[in-house]
Amino acid sequence: MVAESRETPNQVRVTADEGREELMLNMGPHHPSTHGVLRFILHTDGEVMRKAVPDVGYLHRGIEKLAERNTYAGFVPFTDRINYLEPIFANHGYVMAVERLLGVQVPPRAEMLRVITSELNRLASHYVTLGSVAMDIGAYTPFVYLLREREHINDLMEALTGQRLTFNYLRIGGVAFDATDEWLKQVEQFVTGFEPIIDEFDSLISGNEIFVKRLVNVAPISAADAVGFGLVGPNLRASGVDWDLRRDQPYSAYPELQFDVPLGKGKLGTLGDCHDRFLVRVLEMRQSCRILKQALRKLPSGDIRAKVTRIKPAAAETYAAVEGARGELGYYVVADGTDKPYRVKVRSGSFASLSIVEHVSPGLMIADLVALIATLDTLAPEMDR
Amino acid sequence: MTPVEIKDRLVQVVGEPVEWQAGPADAAFVVAPEKWYAAALALRDLPELDFAFLRTLCGVDRPAANCIEVVAHLFSYKHKHAFVLKTRVGRQAPRLATVSSVWPAANWHERETYDLFGVSFDGHPDLRRLLLPEDWVGHPLCKDYQEPPSYQGIPMMRPARPAMETKG
Repeated sequence: MVAESRETPNQVRVTADEGREELMLNMGPHHPSTHGVLRFILHTDGEVMRKAVPDVGYLHRGIEKLAERNTYAGFVPFTDRINYLEPIFANHGYVMAVERLLGVQVPPRAEMLRVITSELNRLASHYVTLGSVAMDIGAYTPFVYLLREREHINDLMEALTGQRLTFNYLRIGGVAFDATDEWLKQVEQFVTGFEPIIDEFDSLISGNEIFVKRLVNVAPISAADAVGFGLVGPNLRASGVDWDLRRDQPYSAYPELQFDVPLGKGKLGTLGDCHDRFLVRVLEMRQSCRILKQALRKLPSGDIRAKVTRIKPAAAETYAAVEGARGELGYYVVADGTDKPYRVKVRSGSFASLSIVEHVSPGLMIADLVALIATLDTLAPEMDR
Repeated sequence: MTPVEIKDRLVQVVGEPVEWQAGPADAAFVVAPEKWYAAALALRDLPELDFAFLRTLCGVDRPAANCIEVVAHLFSYKHKHAFVLKTRVGRQAPRLATVSSVWPAANWHERETYDLFGVSFDGHPDLRRLLLPEDWVGHPLCKDYQEPPSYQGIPMMRPARPAMETKG
């Protein structure tokens, strides 16, 4: 069935089935709401879907194979390309795995700078997500507003790292560049100025009647399903599972910082519905601001990079994960004693959140699928790698 | 529980491991392929282990040992402990029982492992390639994989860049 539709991409197939008709429709690979190149094969009965089968791999670049051909340090820039919306996290998971294999101690200033850039990156990523949710269900303006705010973060990151999108900021043993006092002041100004914008966004969008009707009670995911399918991060927390790697398996400088972990509560509808997934991200942005303020105050002085001379870990393997904007972003790194990784496996949040779509889709309207994939925050490059 | 305690509990169910990799970093329990499913089920269902979360399931090609390792990274939200379960299948026609009925998440991870390593999962509900096109030849993450010169008439290599002219 799949192979047939590939030959004629826009075919509509009608089959008679107990007096009802099943339409097979293609959504994507190029579709405004698929967030990257991603295709769904929809089996529908009128407006209602019988199931939606994701067809992925359009953005498969073979990053895991590339890892085996590059040195440990040489692979770091590739990790940025795994997810262009959260490159800091993609860097972080990988360098943490290698640091663990090498037994390197990262200086405290570098750890705090990692946290600051991580949280800025989380804000930037959530802007795009929340803006896209609104855009996908018909409200274009919030997207533009949030992208304007994201530009501030891009400017800040450009000042620090020289890049606006793929920062390549983390190094094995530390970070690439030190932050100046001027830069830190700019970040503080940004955070202070940004908090009211979250409130404004929240009051304009989160309770908007049309918005609420499109999201509440749509595609709820139970906690058992969320865990079973391996959902992570905000998607998992929206289903009520109280888990955050930053708090529960602290890494980097997070143990020194105070923050809450927002959970889905089914505030307006069912626990784990699209609105919960949206709201958890809004609440998370407030916590990111809180973390940023503390981190800026607590930033210690000192080195930004440990002395790592030879990156040639002994044969061993480890799994290291960070709490990215799309949840647990993990790296399974196998070392064999040479200067290149023997195997790198990337475990991403988008992979899990796409794999649950087929399970959740039966009975949804086609338009609800758009809300589902937007609030699951799937990003095709992170899925395909 | 520590990995060693989990190992001791698992040994009571599936017997001694083929190998216990105490590792310098992460420890791993290597089980025989015919006990793969039983071990997975025990890890999920024993209340004191409760590994409800399958982080990843992936392959590692080991031509030197003539095997493909299938590795499952597990985590329990309830007990906050992690565990690594491994098995080894032969490189010629690798087969293994599916665990997609144990963890729904395994469905796609197994499809990916089939796609990139050629491991065939018996009993899998929908074993198709996940990332690569269905008519792709070979399994790219195998160490001896040779990239084909072209796919569907599209060349896979760029034409060689003309040599830079040097002066003097």
